[in-house]
Amino acid sequence: MSLEGKVALVTGASRGIGKAIAHELGRQGAEVVGTATSEGGAEAITAGLKEAGIKGYGIVMNVAEPDSIEAGLKQLIEQSGAPLILVNNAGITRDNLLMRLKDADWTDVLETNLSSVYRTSKAVLRGMAKARWGRIINISSVVAGMGNAGQGNYCAAKAGVEGFTRSLAKEMSNRGITANCVAPGFIDTDMTKKLDEKQRDAMLVNIPTGRLGEPEEVASVVAFLASDGAGYVTGETIHVNGGMYMG
Amino acid sequence: MSTVEERVKKIVCEQLGVKEAEVQNTSSFVEDLGADSLDTVELVMALEEEFETEIPDEEAEKLGTVQDAIDYIVSHT
Repeated sequence: MSLEGKVALVTGASRGIGKAIAHELGRQGAEVVGTATSEGGAEAITAGLKEAGIKGYGIVMNVAEPDSIEAGLKQLIEQSGAPLILVNNAGITRDNLLMRLKDADWTDVLETNLSSVYRTSKAVLRGMAKARWGRIINISSVVAGMGNAGQGNYCAAKAGVEGFTRSLAKEMSNRGITANCVAPGFIDTDMTKKLDEKQRDAMLVNIPTGRLGEPEEVASVVAFLASDGAGYVTGETIHVNGGMYMG
Repeated sequence: MSTVEERVKKIVCEQLGVKEAEVQNTSSFVEDLGADSLDTVELVMALEEEFETEIPDEEAEKLGTVQDAIDYIVSHT
């Protein structure tokens, strides 16, 4: 399989899109290390991978905390070697209209969704540079391009991730390291289950495919970007949104 | 045990993909050996690893030639 022998680190892999990505990369032959913020979450990742017959395990890492990233990566490198595929998927929302948004809602979302991408990317670059091969895939969001009322913090973070990814691509692509974003639209996960029926129906009106996306439909695009075949795609954002936004 | 000079030159060859014969003590990484900005960052990181030392950015900027690197390592390890 195409990713045989490579270690892939997927943040936020205990559920939703991250879980689907971890499993898809595993099916392509990678050894998958998924992160969760709790011990229980990490164990669930390990169990899920085992059940699917995929080589890999879960580790505890809070991507909002630099020390936690360092400790998690150390454990992973000792156990499996340097990851050559990094998928920054971990993310949170703290939605509110700007007039009601608290400072903590702003900083929490920026730290977890944007600063974490800077930190994990920096931490894995050395190993990728040595290998002259690497894939950094950052999960952005359709709202980075569209904007969304009530998500000023989230939109700022995700648009930041896309800009960061383009700079990273310019710095590292001549080392065989590509950096890209995948921007999901309205995907059926716990994050979108928070919305009530009225909000969901209002969203669906604007989606030409007429349905929510499945996590696996995001994962397959991530797997493509991780493959050798995607070596000439870099600095790009691929939208997976059923047509709700066509950039 | 190789000398510092030999070890530095070996790393320079590996990192910059040049032949040993091309690497003189007076060689400039950028002008003579064709290093770009990322090459010089990687070179410094490789030296840090080999000699188990930390080279601060302001010092790293001053390492223009092979001899500069050798001198730095000799006086800091």
